[in-house]
Amino acid sequence: MSAAVEIDRLSVVRGGQPVLLELSATVDAGTVTGLIGPSGSGKTTLMRCLMGLQRTAIGAVRVLGRPAGAQATRGRVGYVTQGVSVYLDLTVAENLAYFAAAVGASRAEEAAALDAVALGEFADRRVDRLSGGQQARVSLATALLGGPELLVLDEPTVGLDPLLRDELWTLFHRLAASGATLLVSSHVMDEARRCDRLMLLREGKLLADGSPTDLLARTGADDLDAAFLRLVRAQPEGS
Amino acid sequence: MRRTWATSGRVLRQLRHDPRTVGLMLVVPCLLLTLLRYVFDDRPDVFDRAAPILLAIFPFTVMFVITSVAVLRERSTGTLERVLTTPMSKLDILAGYAIAFGAASVVQVGLALAVCLGPLGLQVPGNLGLVVAFTFVDALLGMALGLFLSAFAHSEFQAVQFLPAFVLPQLLLCGLLAPRAQMAPVLRWLSDVMPLSYAVDGVKRAAVTSTWTAAITTDLLVVCLSVPIALGLGALSLRRQTP
Repeated sequence: MSAAVEIDRLSVVRGGQPVLLELSATVDAGTVTGLIGPSGSGKTTLMRCLMGLQRTAIGAVRVLGRPAGAQATRGRVGYVTQGVSVYLDLTVAENLAYFAAAVGASRAEEAAALDAVALGEFADRRVDRLSGGQQARVSLATALLGGPELLVLDEPTVGLDPLLRDELWTLFHRLAASGATLLVSSHVMDEARRCDRLMLLREGKLLADGSPTDLLARTGADDLDAAFLRLVRAQPEGS
Repeated sequence: MRRTWATSGRVLRQLRHDPRTVGLMLVVPCLLLTLLRYVFDDRPDVFDRAAPILLAIFPFTVMFVITSVAVLRERSTGTLERVLTTPMSKLDILAGYAIAFGAASVVQVGLALAVCLGPLGLQVPGNLGLVVAFTFVDALLGMALGLFLSAFAHSEFQAVQFLPAFVLPQLLLCGLLAPRAQMAPVLRWLSDVMPLSYAVDGVKRAAVTSTWTAAITTDLLVVCLSVPIALGLGALSLRRQTP
């Protein structure tokens, strides 16, 4: 299996504080990989590094075989930020049309993206008149345009009802089955179960890396929450 | 080019969803010029002298404020960063804004000019086309400077403060209130490096004479060249990478 993302000893220091520390990992192509960790563990910073947005990154990050943020890969990587980064004063359809023009996607793809996040009936609604969960889905829809090979999704399911969350995870796996690679961050352990592979992040360090069943077997825990706790406690003191 | 047009279309659509801003943009210059006309009700010569200058200053000021707030909003809501992760280039964004707000300023100036020449009875003995040209380039200059300065504001409160901090000194020193030639050397020197001074000089000259002079050429060149310089500075401030 080839790697969609290769991270080699990545460190980020912000305001004198290390946010990421000598992190090395790979994300296999065609998988749904969960980036799991508590708030403040460095998930967003790591994702920004993959998009080439972090100015103070030290180390090597290669995305789809190129340095992170390279011009050549920009249309092939979809990104959903943690906040809603679409135009609140435009309608859903206007937002999609603009991002479609940015990546060169067709009208049919706009409709498909809207369907994928179940927002078809809200196409003509202004984004600032939608609920928080609906706004997050507009953000997600813009990232689906252009058939990206890699999707970097920063907490895409926060604030969604369980049914919708389930639908989105089904969508993620469908995209992976068609060849795309997804890196999805979450601080909720029950979402970790639905990933092919997990990267557990804590205080800027990669605590563990493997499939959910691997992690359970390795720690001898009954569920992933307990596995995470055991991994944290197994860490040497003061590191 | 397709991405540039998409950006200008998007910016104009955002304006369309905000009719109050559009209303203020179009009506305020007309109201102020009407006010000026009746303040100098018995001195039509004063109105004829001042109105062309104000016609050049309004779009500059309005575009400055609108652009700095719009771009600041793009920076703070993360849409700018998000768009820059797509194949959309900085140039597409800059040119998109320039086309959209340029078009808006044409409408703004056109309406203000129509009100001045029609009901307010403005007399422009000089070259009216040239006055309009100065006004338009001025609007672009305001837009470019607003875009650049938005990089230094962290909130909309700060962005709005740039109006008194950055635009008012130019208004005081551009020759609107006191002739530039009579200023103290330091003020004169400051006035000389402010692009608005040349715009106001140019409009003054073009309004009184229909002959094209070397001074007008210099004024127009300075204002025209300031636009790409300010846009270039703006481009530097549109960063893909942030700390």
